[in-house]
Amino acid sequence: MSTVAPPVPPSAGDAPGPGEPPRAAHRDARESSSTWRLTDRIGLAICWALGLAFCAVTVAIVGFMLVQGARYVRPELLFSRPTAGFTQADTGGFLDPLIGTFLVSGIAIAIALPVGIAVAVWLSEYGRPYPLARSVESGVEMIAGTPSIVLALFGTLLFSHPALGFLSRTTDDGVVFGRSFFAAGAMLSLVALPLIVGATREGLQAIPGHVREASYGVGKTKAATIRRILLPTARPSIVTGTMLGIGRTIGDTAIIVILLGATLQMDSGDGPGGYNVLSGTGSTLTSYVYSNAPTGEGNQPEKAYAAAFVLLIIVLLLNVGVDVVRRRARKLS
Amino acid sequence: MTDTTPPPVRRLAPGDAARVVGDAAPSVAPAPVDAPAPVGTPAGGEPAELGLVSAPRRRVSASSFAIDRMAIEDVSIAYSGIPAVRNVSLPVRQGEVLGLIGPSGCGKTTLLRSLNRLTELNRATSLTGRIALDDTDITTLEPTLLRRRVTMVFQQPNPFPMSVFDNVAYVLREQGSRKPPKKELRVQVQDALTRAGLWDEVQDKLDHPALRLSGGQQQRLCIARALAARPEVLLLDEPCSALDPRSTAVIEDLIVRLRDEVAVVIVTHNLQQAHRIADHVAFMYLGELVEYGPAAQIFRRPREQRTREYVSGAFG
Repeated sequence: MSTVAPPVPPSAGDAPGPGEPPRAAHRDARESSSTWRLTDRIGLAICWALGLAFCAVTVAIVGFMLVQGARYVRPELLFSRPTAGFTQADTGGFLDPLIGTFLVSGIAIAIALPVGIAVAVWLSEYGRPYPLARSVESGVEMIAGTPSIVLALFGTLLFSHPALGFLSRTTDDGVVFGRSFFAAGAMLSLVALPLIVGATREGLQAIPGHVREASYGVGKTKAATIRRILLPTARPSIVTGTMLGIGRTIGDTAIIVILLGATLQMDSGDGPGGYNVLSGTGSTLTSYVYSNAPTGEGNQPEKAYAAAFVLLIIVLLLNVGVDVVRRRARKLS
Repeated sequence: MTDTTPPPVRRLAPGDAARVVGDAAPSVAPAPVDAPAPVGTPAGGEPAELGLVSAPRRRVSASSFAIDRMAIEDVSIAYSGIPAVRNVSLPVRQGEVLGLIGPSGCGKTTLLRSLNRLTELNRATSLTGRIALDDTDITTLEPTLLRRRVTMVFQQPNPFPMSVFDNVAYVLREQGSRKPPKKELRVQVQDALTRAGLWDEVQDKLDHPALRLSGGQQQRLCIARALAARPEVLLLDEPCSALDPRSTAVIEDLIVRLRDEVAVVIVTHNLQQAHRIADHVAFMYLGELVEYGPAAQIFRRPREQRTREYVSGAFG
């Protein structure tokens, strides 16, 4: 069989063939710096110094919080409700803030995930009408850049409106309280939304066009392609974005303090089970830390450190989860 | 097969060959092979044979029959007003492999993609002329149904990121549905994989991710996927350009074996490949169809000066 010259697989020591990337593209990362110029070496030294400084700061913060927290955290704190008391020994634990944290970020993600994926699919796969798509794009960026305290302030206005009274408590003379798990979760979803939109779009745009065409090329519609090919392919990105979004909602304080009612214990409203809890007020780990910090009204530093420890562990676990998902996705492709 | 797939308009079994050969005159008549040498060929009767393209061993004997399935009639395609294909007329026949050759940017891939209306995915594309599948203008067909009758395999092996089985089953299932369930599709999936010559290699790893297969296997999976829809025409866009010679040989054999059940159109940059597997070759240059004829004639005795230069490697 006489074929054209077969492409020779690149091997060490060979000059790069015409179709291969230039050698520099896969240069050994640990190349010797002995031939570098002085300015390059100074630059390298600065990079080293800054990198080490950054690591030191990170280790200091995380280490300090972990050590401090580990001193004060006790299992029973996780299972007892906060109570009023005069010493740190008799103010209970932070069961309610812990539940509140999960509730509020659950609501936020339940809103942000479907909306975020839908927006990302629309922007990436349809993008029409063009002016509207561009407006939505900058809108999402703008929300991403808005301080959450501003969102919170807007939330108080929005959820105090009589039409949204069913989402929180209403006094007998018709004044809407405007603070509840619903209100805080809804505003927090705006914090998570840009992350989910961004990650999903990135995942979709990383899929080569010929994969879409392969699906159209066997007679599939756009909707079927999105549902069965594109979204499953982008799943690792979506999961990553969602986890980062959860991290942000768990860590947010401003919206919680302003929109969750600032009651350390969960204080349910009226109505059927579940609804009464979500339309009631409560607290999360962040607002618990906020009120118990040495500068807060509670001023119980031991409890604050213990709660911060738990918060930190949750966020660290999420980051590990993101890493695992990314690694698995890389291995598969 | 799913319920929505319409019965094929005309399905030809290889056995009908003898009957067809006599009466199926191509609607777009190419110049007969043994026509007197046109102007432009060296004086002295028969054009001189070109010795410059080494003649590779053909994989197969000449086709035993040919019947027109698609007709490309005076087709011009432009992207945002910039012409990519100008006034091309060609027949696409079952029982034959049609090779489209030409230098990069000559419009051959565009022409190929227009055959199942994939060019329409780009809104800036405009097409004039007529493309017919079994005498039906393809613009009158539902695009998704057309694309099940005229399926396409791409340059890069692009299995979907799912299992080997699901890659084929996806085509058999209705749009985004998960039905019919796996066990009902097993026979059809096996059939498609067998026709693509892949079954023996993957029957034990149907649940493995398709992206773990080798490049050649991935491309044959893509062919199996394209065959699963039971198409009448198979379009191949440089299917071997990303593959090693061994996989290329396997796929070339496969393409030749398929030509009796589907009409095959292959775009290739590889002249030897065109020589090995194509029965008819169309040479395109700058969007125009320069020459169309049997492979042997195009490579040995091209009539056009540009064809002569291209197949002898003067440019490309």
